[in-house]
Amino acid sequence: MTDKLDKVPGPADTPPAGSVPPEMIRAIPVRHWGRWVSGVIAVILLAVLAYAFSQGNVRWATVPEKLFDGTILSGMWNTIKISVASMALGLVLGVVFAVMRLSKNPVTSSIAWLYIWLFRGTPVYVQLLIWFNLALIFPILNIGFYKDEMTDVMTPFLAALLGLGLNEGAYMAEIVRAGIQSVDEGQTEASHALGMSQTKTMRRVVLPQAMRVIVPPTGNEFINMLKTSSLVVAVQYADLLRAAQDIASTSFAVMEMFFVASIWYLILTTVFSIGQYYLERYYARGALRSLPPTPWQKIKANLSSFSNRKAVAK
Amino acid sequence: MTAMVKAEGVHKSYGPAHILRGIDLEVAPREVFCLVGPSGSGKSTFLRCINHLEKINAGRLYVDGELVGYRQKGDKLYELKDSEVAAQRKDIGMVFQRFNLFPHMTAIENVMEAPVQVKGESKAVARERAVKLLDRVGLGDKAGNYPSQLSGGQQQRVAIARALAMEPKLMLFDEPTSALDPELVGDVLDVMRDLAESGMTMIVVTHEMGFAREVGDSLVFMDGGVVVESGHPRDVLTNPQHDRTKAFLSKVL
Repeated sequence: MTDKLDKVPGPADTPPAGSVPPEMIRAIPVRHWGRWVSGVIAVILLAVLAYAFSQGNVRWATVPEKLFDGTILSGMWNTIKISVASMALGLVLGVVFAVMRLSKNPVTSSIAWLYIWLFRGTPVYVQLLIWFNLALIFPILNIGFYKDEMTDVMTPFLAALLGLGLNEGAYMAEIVRAGIQSVDEGQTEASHALGMSQTKTMRRVVLPQAMRVIVPPTGNEFINMLKTSSLVVAVQYADLLRAAQDIASTSFAVMEMFFVASIWYLILTTVFSIGQYYLERYYARGALRSLPPTPWQKIKANLSSFSNRKAVAK
Repeated sequence: MTAMVKAEGVHKSYGPAHILRGIDLEVAPREVFCLVGPSGSGKSTFLRCINHLEKINAGRLYVDGELVGYRQKGDKLYELKDSEVAAQRKDIGMVFQRFNLFPHMTAIENVMEAPVQVKGESKAVARERAVKLLDRVGLGDKAGNYPSQLSGGQQQRVAIARALAMEPKLMLFDEPTSALDPELVGDVLDVMRDLAESGMTMIVVTHEMGFAREVGDSLVFMDGGVVVESGHPRDVLTNPQHDRTKAFLSKVL
C-alpha cells in the first residue's frame, strides 16, 4: 500500500489545474436515416402537386401582370385600412369590456358579459349585413345634435368597421381578461401598498405585465382580421378581394385573380407576423432572463453548427 | 407621545375562519417590533390589516393616531374612499415574503415608480434618491437589472429600497427572509439592522429569532389569533412564561 502511494506524484509534481486543456470530444454525429427517407417522400409529393398545377388551365402570365394593377393596389390599401381600423376599435373595446367584466360592479360586469355573448355568439358575416342594412329599421339617424339619412351615414366603410370592430372587441375582451387575470395578485398588493390607486395599478403594473399574455393571441387575431376583412365584400366595401373580383369579371381570368389576391394576403400576413414577433420580444423583457435569439441570429447559429459538423465528419 | 400603531380588540375572519380574535397592542415610534408565532397564527394577517390590505371586522386600528381605513364621525364609522386609503398607505412601507417586485421594470425603475406616480415627483429627483437607496442596500451596480436577473436576496433588498423611496414613517416586513436561500438571509437582515439603527419604526413578522433578539425592542408571540405573550425579545425568548411559547420556541430555536 505504502509503495503504491509513494508512486503517486505529489501535489508539487502535478501541474496546476487548468494549465492543460482537456481533450474535446470530436465524435461523428448519429445519422438519422429515417429523416432522409421521409424528407424525400415529402419532396416527391410536393413535386406531384406542383406538376398538377402546371398542367391546369391557368394563364400564369396574367398573375404577375395583374399583381401591381392599380385596382388591386388600391384594394389592398383598403384592406389594410379596414383591418387596422377594426383592430384598433376591437382593442379599445376589448380593454374596456375586459375591465368592465372584471369590475366589482354587477351592472357593468353583466353588460360586458352580454356584449361578449352577443357579438361572439353571432357570425361576423351576419353582423356585417345587419349594420349595412340598418336603414331598413332606422331610416333616419337622429342623435339630437346630428340628424341624417341612415343610408348616407352607413357607408360601406362604416358598416365594415362596426361589423368587424365590434365582433373583434368581444374576442379581444376575453383575451385581455385572461391577460389581466394571469398577473399575480402580489403585484396588485405591492402596488397598493405603495399607495398607488386602482387606476394607476392597472395602467402601470397590471396591464404591462398582462401584455405578455395578450400580445401573442392579439397578433393572431390581427392576422385573422386581415383575412376575415375579405367578408366586407358583402357590404360593398372595395377591398382586395372585391378588386380581384372586379378585374376577374371583365377579364375572365377568375382563378388568376384569386391567386393575385392570395399572394397579397400572404405578403400582408407575413409582414405583420414579423412585426408581431418583435412586439412579443419587447413585452418579454424582464420575464425572461435573456431574450430568445431573433430568427436571423438563429440562422447564423444553425449555419455555424452545420459547418462544425462537417468539419468533424472529415 | 402617540403610538405609531395601536390595535384595540382587532378581529378578522374570512367567512367561517376566525383568524384574529382580539388583538391589543401598541408600537411606539422608532421601535422595532417583532411578531413571531406558528404559521396560521394570524401574524401576517394582522400585518396586512395595518395598511388595510385586509379589512378588519371588529375593533380599531390606528396608525400615528389616525384610524386605518375608516373615518369616525360621532359614533358612526364611514369607509374611506379608495383614494383616501391609498393616501394612508403611502406613508406605510411594506416588504413581502415573495418580494413582489414589478418584473417589467428594472431595479431602479421599481424604486422610482411610486414617488413619480404617487407623489408626482420629477424623474430626476426620484432617480437621484433611488440611486442613493440602491447604494444603501448595497446594489448600486444592479440599478439597470431586471428582477429576474437578481438573486432572491438582491430582489428583497430592492424591495426594501422601493418601500423606503416613499419615505414612510412605518415599515412592515412580512417574513422578509422566509423565501430566501440560507446564505442570502444575512444580507437582507444587515439592511434591516441598518434601517433599525437609523430610527425607523418597524414591525417585523419573522422566524429569525437571532434577529429578533439582537435588533428587536419588543416581541409578541401570537398563536390562534391572539397575543399569547409579549415583552422584551431577550426575556420572551430566553425565559418564556407560557406553555405555548415554550413549545414553539423549543421547535425553532
